[in-house]
Amino acid sequence: MNKTAIIIKREYLTRVRKKSFIIMTILAPLIIASFVILVPLIMLSGDKDYKKIAIVEDHTAIFKNIIPDTKNEKFIYLEGANINDLIDTFEEAGYFGVLYLSPEALNNPILYSKKQPDIGLLDHISGSMKKEIEKQKLLTYNIQNLDSILTQIRTNVSVSTKLVDERGKTTETSTGISMALAYIGGLLMYMLVFIFGSQVMRGVIEEKTSRVVEVIVSSVKPSELMMGKIIGIALVGLTQFLIWVFLTIGAVAVVKSTVLKKSDITDITQTVTQDVMSANQPAMASAQTREISSQAEEFAKIFDSAMNQNWPLIILSFIFYFVTGYLLYAAIFAAIGSAVDNETETQQFMLPVTIPIILALLVAMGTMQNPESSVAFWFSIIPLTSPIVMVARIPFGVPAWQIILSMALMVITFIAFVWMAAKVYRTGILMYGKKTSWKELWKWLRYSG
Amino acid sequence: MPLFEATNITKQFGTVTALDNVSISVPGKCIYGLLGPNGAGKTTLLRIINQITGPDSGSLFLNGKKLTPEDVRMIGYLPEERGLYKKMKVGEQALYFAQLKGLSKTEAMRRLKYWFKKLDIVDWWGKKVEELSKGMQQKVQFITTVLHEPSLIIFDEPFTGFDPVNVNTIKNEILFLREKGATIIFSTHNMSSVEELCDNITLINKAKTILEGGVSDIRNKWAANEYDLVFSGNIAIPENGQFKILSRQFENEKTTIRLKTPGRVVANDILRDVIDKGTILSFNPALPSMNEIFIRVVQSRNYETDQTSKD
Repeated sequence: MNKTAIIIKREYLTRVRKKSFIIMTILAPLIIASFVILVPLIMLSGDKDYKKIAIVEDHTAIFKNIIPDTKNEKFIYLEGANINDLIDTFEEAGYFGVLYLSPEALNNPILYSKKQPDIGLLDHISGSMKKEIEKQKLLTYNIQNLDSILTQIRTNVSVSTKLVDERGKTTETSTGISMALAYIGGLLMYMLVFIFGSQVMRGVIEEKTSRVVEVIVSSVKPSELMMGKIIGIALVGLTQFLIWVFLTIGAVAVVKSTVLKKSDITDITQTVTQDVMSANQPAMASAQTREISSQAEEFAKIFDSAMNQNWPLIILSFIFYFVTGYLLYAAIFAAIGSAVDNETETQQFMLPVTIPIILALLVAMGTMQNPESSVAFWFSIIPLTSPIVMVARIPFGVPAWQIILSMALMVITFIAFVWMAAKVYRTGILMYGKKTSWKELWKWLRYSG
Repeated sequence: MPLFEATNITKQFGTVTALDNVSISVPGKCIYGLLGPNGAGKTTLLRIINQITGPDSGSLFLNGKKLTPEDVRMIGYLPEERGLYKKMKVGEQALYFAQLKGLSKTEAMRRLKYWFKKLDIVDWWGKKVEELSKGMQQKVQFITTVLHEPSLIIFDEPFTGFDPVNVNTIKNEILFLREKGATIIFSTHNMSSVEELCDNITLINKAKTILEGGVSDIRNKWAANEYDLVFSGNIAIPENGQFKILSRQFENEKTTIRLKTPGRVVANDILRDVIDKGTILSFNPALPSMNEIFIRVVQSRNYETDQTSKD
């Protein structure tokens, strides 16, 4: 067997068989999935114990039963109560706060509380009151059938986006999905490059400090050792990524077949129609059912537009940028690892390497606001940042020539970096006890032979 | 023709001279000791022979030809610090290094089984290196060094970390390797092992060669006309014109007397003077141990250099 292949095999197998790898590979998607599912659930469910808020009105009774209860707050209208008494006693009476409305300043109610109330509560109060005040004002115009007019004019607008390709075919897309993909893609690329790149560095330092390298260089060339390590770890990363892709495809299939059965949606719609036709059920229930059905439809729509993304392009370009971006950074990391005696010494070299990666991540996040901006364009062409930024741009659609240019530059650059890293590595890996400076690295780079 | 030769090797690290015009000549099938105090430059020389670092000047020859990077495959090297992956299992690791040395998997397995049995470490095959003691790791590393049967084997401090039993095992293995035709260079502080193993030595101090040659030649040369005379029982003898008494010891019903003669004398002359004093058990020329020679040479050299630097 070829010696580099033997090294690749060792690097790959020792890492893939580690418990931490197996746990990470299975757990990471679960953690992400549970975040995606749990966080909204928690936000929706909120606290079980609600806040009681007293409403006190001076003399009038305009706002009785106007502010509806929410999940977290209950509004109790205290008729004829005295605000001045309540300010002292509301806490003992079990209220979170007292809302005081005076007819002189209806658009400026006051909420007394011991703790700072949250924005949601304030919005809720002002929104409900605003609606009521506007309604009261409208009523003064004596319009007939005002209630039904108001119901009729209530409208919700949501913009659908459709992408038109060269042949004039349109595909329904969702900016939200593109943004999510850009976000996940950019972040994942950043993490993978960093995690596996620094694994290369740690591996190199381990070999150097344990003197394994002195034994190995008597049988293989330093460059073979370096490439074996880099490629072995790259395969570990790819294995992990592909397992994640398959797990995701599996999860999507499961979600699709259980939650989103088309028949379910039609079932609901049918029930709704029946309800409306027969009109036996209370209107309330029918409205609820309609709401559920429209939510399911909404979900199905998002799902469909997610499926309309150019998945092969997204996954393949992700793999391309992972492999080349990783090779580029892994080569730099390997060179750094070879130049130092222990991990704490890496810091002076790490900073200049970290800057482009962090910058790329920031630009990638900005890309989601404006994927066509010139900053996004240039950073997706420049090789050190393009893996992260281009991956974030692709879900929004990128002209083919830009992708090709960026990929070509990437290939040229990673070859150049690997070549330079091999030179530094060859000298550094056998050098001990001397603190390496940038000047020193430059000298090693120019050694001939 | 020597199997390996290094001539006029000089190596500097910054302003520090690690080796100053050092030459060694290692005959084939011999065990060559590289001695010297800490920091003398032994490891640097071994690393140069192994082409881990290059010398600033000087040349290296293997079998009379200039040493090339390819020749390194003919050399087995055991570094002083443990060159093993800590998290890897012993057997897998040994197999990995053997394959890197160019052995096929089946051949490597065959030889590894042989060596693991020979050094009595078969039970460690599935253990991780980090679970092993330093001496145990050293054994594993010893095997990976010699497994591909290199013609030149270099051990840097091979006995550190071993208990006396295992030191003995390794000594026997080194002798066994020489019998099988290998040439061995090793560096050590363990002087008794030098007397037992080495055919030739070079003593390096402060980057310079200060003593070299065959071990028995050196010991004879440093023998300073001293003899050990052993009587049964507690015996005292007077000095005379032929010899002076340096020391006298009574122990285990035996008296050991160290004599010093002013010049070369025939043993018979001394014996004639003392033959009636008691039962003579033995009479030997007192060869200095390598340990004594080492200390004396290094100290006198250091004294000399101190003197010259004062002048």
